[in-house]
Amino acid sequence: MTSSKSPPVPAPEAEPALTPEQRRVLARGAAQCVTHGAIQALPFLLVLLPFGLLFGVLAAESGLHMGQVLGFSVLVLAGASQFTAVQLLSDHAPTVIVILSALAVNLRLAMYSASLVPWLGDAKPRQRALLAYLLIDQTYALSIQQFEAHPKLRLDQRLAYFFGTALCCCIPWVFASALGFRLGRAIPESWALDFALPITFLAMVAPMLRTPAHLAAAGVSIVATLVFSTLPSGLGILLAAPLAMATGALVERHLERKKAEGAA
Amino acid sequence: MTGFDLKVWFVILALGLGTYLIRWSFLGVIGRRAIPEWAARALRYTAVAVLPAIAAPLVAWPAATGGQPDPARLTAAAVTLGTGIITRNMLLAIVAGMVTLFGMLYLWA
Repeated sequence: MTSSKSPPVPAPEAEPALTPEQRRVLARGAAQCVTHGAIQALPFLLVLLPFGLLFGVLAAESGLHMGQVLGFSVLVLAGASQFTAVQLLSDHAPTVIVILSALAVNLRLAMYSASLVPWLGDAKPRQRALLAYLLIDQTYALSIQQFEAHPKLRLDQRLAYFFGTALCCCIPWVFASALGFRLGRAIPESWALDFALPITFLAMVAPMLRTPAHLAAAGVSIVATLVFSTLPSGLGILLAAPLAMATGALVERHLERKKAEGAA
Repeated sequence: MTGFDLKVWFVILALGLGTYLIRWSFLGVIGRRAIPEWAARALRYTAVAVLPAIAAPLVAWPAATGGQPDPARLTAAAVTLGTGIITRNMLLAIVAGMVTLFGMLYLWA
């Protein structure tokens, strides 16, 4: 993207002109980048706060303690997998199955980690260790969009932006789950909160169903988990998920080949 | 400490460590080596493969009705999915689903 290998004679007029907006972004100091990241993360609180509250409520209903709720939100810091673990724990699923299912939910984070390497891979090992801890859907989505929109940002600006988004997303997450735990005991059963988890998960998945491959994966996932539901609790998920992932990958490859043949 | 408490703490620690290692993987050690194509392909489908597998049994056989399929919950799930697919808006889908659920539970009661 940069012009380091362009003609030896600098030709300023050949450089794509920076818009005032881009100039402003590039001129920010580290502290301003932190603030900028935090402000841009604010809208995500609309999802994170209710989600965190709900986690606390469900954890309270499942018989967890406050310490355990905080343990989940601080040490795991990954909403969907925390819900998965608590749901399976309250079903009395075997420990191994609880851990593997919840880890499966988090496999997507490996993809985020890989896709940030070109942008943040040159940071110090300690910085990378910290940003790995703070890598969640929201911090990733905001940062990658910012880095791609402004490829000329320096490393320190990128890091500062990332930590700004993390500040605004991760700390409220912990507080919301603790607050949810406190409120949880006061919520009557008639609110049908048992259904908040499936609704939230379906609402997360629905916008992702953009391609036939995603639809096929989700379809196999649903059918397989219902078919395997007679197995000990949680085991069906562990069987259905890899089947569905393989289905998505195979359909995608099949469609790509068909497209390539069509083009040839 | 009860057995359940111990189990919960063990899950928290194992899940915390495992999740951290997943996040740290490429940033920490693997670096710029590319993900194999088949792995990248499969990883793209983790969310749509795992989340419906967890949600579907809870929709079909809700614990709140003793595992009996419940028209209110089935309709609410369908409305959530439909709204999410059409609007691509997660919050809107949640609200639509919850409103449907409460509306139907109220009408039934």
